[in-house]
Amino acid sequence: MKTDDLIDLLAQDSAVPWKIGRILGYATVVGTVIAGTVFFIGIGFRPDIASAMETVRFLFKFVVTLSLAIAAIGALLRMARPGARLGLWGWAFAAAPVLLGGAVIAELIVMPESTWVARLVGHNARFCLTLIPLLAIGPLACLLLALRQGAPSRPGLAGAVAGLAASGIAATFYAANCNDDSPLYVMTWYPIATAMVVFVGYLAGTKFLKW
Amino acid sequence: MRAAISGDSAAYHRFLKAVTPHLRAMACRRCDRFGAPRSEAEDVVQEVLLAIHTKRGTWDPNRPIGPWISTIVRNKLIDALRRRGRHVSVPIENVIDFLEAEEQTDPLEARDVERMLGRLKEPQCDIVRSISVDGHSIRETANRLRMTEGAVRVALHRALKALAAMYRSELRENG
Repeated sequence: MKTDDLIDLLAQDSAVPWKIGRILGYATVVGTVIAGTVFFIGIGFRPDIASAMETVRFLFKFVVTLSLAIAAIGALLRMARPGARLGLWGWAFAAAPVLLGGAVIAELIVMPESTWVARLVGHNARFCLTLIPLLAIGPLACLLLALRQGAPSRPGLAGAVAGLAASGIAATFYAANCNDDSPLYVMTWYPIATAMVVFVGYLAGTKFLKW
Repeated sequence: MRAAISGDSAAYHRFLKAVTPHLRAMACRRCDRFGAPRSEAEDVVQEVLLAIHTKRGTWDPNRPIGPWISTIVRNKLIDALRRRGRHVSVPIENVIDFLEAEEQTDPLEARDVERMLGRLKEPQCDIVRSISVDGHSIRETANRLRMTEGAVRVALHRALKALAAMYRSELRENG
């Protein structure tokens, strides 16, 4: 086939394409709805949610998880486009770890040393490690499907960042159920659960996001 | 491209026409550097055109198009050369035969798409040939195949996506 013939052919298929930004936006919304549905049907809020809402530690968990989700989704919007730079979104990834690190230091200063280990181990580590990945399945699948319409230069990395975004969404729901609020607990268990999702995202990315 | 992305077929045609010589120059340069025969450059050009087409929703009209295109070209060139890795390292006698044979064909004619067209299902294959090789319009093709114009458009769109996917799967098989 001659190249000019191919150009004629392509020009005939000139329907307005879906914009990748919009696709990723929908994927985020649908993924969040799926995770939310699973959460409210299967797990639900912790019983003392009303009094928990008044504590700084409880609310701070959402600051961390939401900043992770927002940074990762913002980065995905750039990574799905060929030739777009990460720019400030690269720095936004630092927000969640820095915030959490600051909170851990504050916790260590405020709380007596004898309570540190108990706070770190918590009561729900097993749930944390199973429920976050479980809640992340829906958002991760939606984001990966959306990214297939994109053109990430580094498919594995894009998949891993999709895993981060999915963990951020999942952890936001999970945090509303978990009654371990100490930053020491969050710093220990949430990243392990996140790492599992990121690893799955990376593998899926190398397999499904090549274009 | 701005007009093209909002569905203006003629503008899209002009854009693709204008960008192809640049793609060809880039592809030739890369082929030379990696020791691949020039004749393969045209296959790469066509693969890049297909990628530009299927991924045009990832271009943000508020940004310059240059970096977008060159990133796609780089990505596709690497794929294409990797896929041809075996062909490139054949003994020199074969290469000479190959080059001599090549001179008889139109230098702007590529064979990869042709080969993959054969793997498309009907009526996709028929539609693609009718529009590209025979130069019919969508309406003429629809009349001949007794399909609606909308159905032909959908089939064409699917066919182009399938072609782009075939390039990918070949890479995986050989890679």
